Amino acid sequence: MAVYKGFEPVIGLEVHAQLFTESKMFCGCKSEYGAEANTLTCPVCLALPGALPVLNKKAVEFAMRMIAAVGGKVHRRSVFARKNYFYPDLPKGYQISQFDKPIGEGGAIEYHSGNGSRKRCRLTRIHLEEDAGKSLHPEHGEGFTRVDLNRCGTPLIEIVSEPEMESPEEAYGYLTKLKQILQYIEVCSGDMEKGHLRCDANVSVRPVGSEKLGTRTELKNMNSFKGVERALKFEIVRQIDLIKAGGKVEQMTLLWDEKKQVAEPMRSKEESHDYRYFPEPDLVNLVIGDAWIESVRLSLPEMPDVRADRFVSQYDLRTYDAAVLTDSRALADYYEQVMTHFDDARAASNWIQTELLALLKDNKQELHDCLVSPEMLGELLSKVKSGDISGKMAKTVFEAMFATGKAPDVIIKEKGLVQVSDESSLIPIIEKVIAAYPDNVAKYRGGKAKLFGFFVGQVMKETDGQANPQTVNKLLKERLDG
Amino acid sequence: MPDYKNLTATQITAMVTSGELSAVDLAEKALDLARTEGKGLNAFISLCEDKALEQARAVDTAIKQAQPVGPLAGVPVALKDNICYTGSLTSCGSHILDGFVPPYDATCAARLVDAGAVIIGKTNMDEFAMGSSNETSYYGPAKNPVGENLVPGGSSGGSAAVVAQRIVPISFGSETGGSVRQPAAFCGVYGLKPTYGSISRYGLVAFGSSLDQIGPLARNAEDLALAYQVTCGRDPNDSTSVAFDHPDYTGEIDTDRKFTIGVPKEYFAEGLDPEVEAAVRDAMAVLEKDGHKVTDISLPLTDKAIAIYYIVACAEASSNLARFDGVRYGLREGRDKELAQMYSETRAAGFGDEVKRRIMLGTYVLSSGYYDAYYLKASKVRELLRREFERTFEEVDLIISPATPTPAFKFGEKLDDPLAMYLSDMYTAPANLAGIPGISTPYGRVGDGRPVGVQFLAGHFNELSLFQIVRILERLA
Ligand SMILES: [Zn+2]
Repeated sequence: MAVYKGFEPVIGLEVHAQLFTESKMFCGCKSEYGAEANTLTCPVCLALPGALPVLNKKAVEFAMRMIAAVGGKVHRRSVFARKNYFYPDLPKGYQISQFDKPIGEGGAIEYHSGNGSRKRCRLTRIHLEEDAGKSLHPEHGEGFTRVDLNRCGTPLIEIVSEPEMESPEEAYGYLTKLKQILQYIEVCSGDMEKGHLRCDANVSVRPVGSEKLGTRTELKNMNSFKGVERALKFEIVRQIDLIKAGGKVEQMTLLWDEKKQVAEPMRSKEESHDYRYFPEPDLVNLVIGDAWIESVRLSLPEMPDVRADRFVSQYDLRTYDAAVLTDSRALADYYEQVMTHFDDARAASNWIQTELLALLKDNKQELHDCLVSPEMLGELLSKVKSGDISGKMAKTVFEAMFATGKAPDVIIKEKGLVQVSDESSLIPIIEKVIAAYPDNVAKYRGGKAKLFGFFVGQVMKETDGQANPQTVNKLLKERLDG
Repeated sequence: MPDYKNLTATQITAMVTSGELSAVDLAEKALDLARTEGKGLNAFISLCEDKALEQARAVDTAIKQAQPVGPLAGVPVALKDNICYTGSLTSCGSHILDGFVPPYDATCAARLVDAGAVIIGKTNMDEFAMGSSNETSYYGPAKNPVGENLVPGGSSGGSAAVVAQRIVPISFGSETGGSVRQPAAFCGVYGLKPTYGSISRYGLVAFGSSLDQIGPLARNAEDLALAYQVTCGRDPNDSTSVAFDHPDYTGEIDTDRKFTIGVPKEYFAEGLDPEVEAAVRDAMAVLEKDGHKVTDISLPLTDKAIAIYYIVACAEASSNLARFDGVRYGLREGRDKELAQMYSETRAAGFGDEVKRRIMLGTYVLSSGYYDAYYLKASKVRELLRREFERTFEEVDLIISPATPTPAFKFGEKLDDPLAMYLSDMYTAPANLAGIPGISTPYGRVGDGRPVGVQFLAGHFNELSLFQIVRILERLA
């Protein structure tokens, strides 16, 4: 906050999250990204005359999961409303949304504020609505806009925060946490590039210590979390400079231009919508019973912060490591599955963070694409711990497992990588080495202790590096020192 | 063939099922009448000739092969042109739906076909069902068989005319504020506005969604009950349709039951044609003599109904008609111009004056700053009106009233006076606002021969009592 020369920003965010239900919100069409344009449509989502919406229960359940996950309240009775405006990607001429009686209210998001501390931002409301189609505007003088209605009618929840964030970094932290929660409860992919998550921000500034909120502006068109952060920074500076120069902030909507890194006011014509909300007469009130609310609440997974705390206490991990491992539900699940086949929690944690995540990153893969099952990784780590293979060998084996999906045993065998710890097979080799270098034996015994390494090296050479170094050390010492 | 024009639907289906009559012959006869007499009345917007004959052949084949057929086997039926029917133009009487052929059937149409009915054509109507005289149709008005210069009523004027002219024994219209009962009264046929939610609205092009309801028209009580029986019932495609146990309407239509019938004084006030009043009072006397109890009641909110109705219906219409934008189907004007221009040229050319008037009214009452004073207030009074009826039906079984303040008027008489036109819905619109069923039955005529419609209203889902009372009156008359 200190960076703003006597002013503090006040930020609120409106996030639209696309729910990945199988079908759309009010018809049976598949809800899918990337299909051929206008193939996932029917009379209802094309708004043919006479077609009527029928509510998808799954979308309601997904919204209820989110409300429960943030500790909000599900309203027993909520009402759908029509939001009226004309646009070619909105075939009905209205969007079915919720207005004065949304499905959810309250709750909060706890997030990392960017300076190491945790903060809480309360939520105003969560409501259900349908998405519009997509307008594909001409890129190079094509002269017309194309409309794809595949997305039309996809369920969304809009999550509206209170204006409680105090810096662009906090907004970033809030969004990161929000996305994590959405992914944990498996209602939204969180993919901002595909438009599955969209964020508008409103921001005002006020002199530090002032209670009264300044005039706020709205920022739209950001397509990444970092974009939101940058747009907010830009707008905060603009507002402060304006006030300092004696000007007044005007209430308006600005569009963020990622290429130019500036936010420019929307034309006022585009802004002056009167949406003429009224209750949607084609749908009955959405009535939700206590039993349903309770069963949704019980079906929620352990939330990320709770799980991280448990990792610290149950597996004795450092807070940082627990946070990394619980970043996604899939990774946390993976770790815990490894731990059912292996008993060294920290070793598993280190291996996953240093080896597994690095390989995934290098190969641009997601965890669910990974060919190494948790069971296989557990086996591999057990072999390192028992001394069957060295840590260095394990890396080679792991890379092969990652590439081929074969079990560690198979790869160790193929590569002939077994570590020789068996004394009876090492003793003849050691005796052979001692016999081959009588001069060095004499020098060693005469006090040149450094030569011990020479003998180890010779044994490793004779065994193609497969001898267990600890066993070799022990056997050599017995013979040379004894 | 016995004289087709004198056959009821109930008789037709019995004779077709027994093999006495061929569905194809009947369809040909009905189509023939539609092409001649129907054309003279301008009652159809389009005919479904090939499809009708195909359906009729299927019925005949099924009967030959001794397969079961539905309760409307072989009955020629007409649908109002705002009910979607695959493969045939569904115009809503509007220029803006030029060339729109729905790729799906309204649930009502599908149920009729399943029941063996043969849909011969789509009937003329006021544009988007907005009108009480058929004069707002882009295709020109249908005429009243009673007299060339008389309006058939609206908006389901074509559906009433084709039944009155005996081209089909049964037709379907739709109601938002009286659009079945009023033309039924004007043309001298039976018309039912069912309980809201009892016949699916899926495939009915919306006007005022919270008021719209498909309803049948027929020449007698039994056919009307049969038509309703076949089409009512819960439809998963319409969230506002209701699951309810319904009796066998045709089987239970005859009863010895004596009803308590309320006479609301507000329905016999200023504006009511004395000859119409006389006919309704005569019906009351006849019923009383038959042992029914006729009792005075009061429905004080009646004079608010038209105002509420026009606020709610226009508000919903302004939103429902937004989809007619020239982007996906129907008329498109200004195709080389920018978006806003294309929208406005399309809608300016595509909608008639009455539709534009109602879209503007509806947009206005929903606008910020006006919503509370108009739409919200109207919704609240509407709820009070609904309760007023609920309380009334704790006291009486039925309400009797005129269906319309006057008999059929002449073309042009009210076209330039929207308010006078709107008032012709004053006895019918309250039922739409309350969601209760209402029926219009022909009873007597005024001096110059124009028919009078008597209306009965009942509590939610009490269509059976309506069929029974009009059956009784039919017998007594
Ligand atoms: Zn669809």
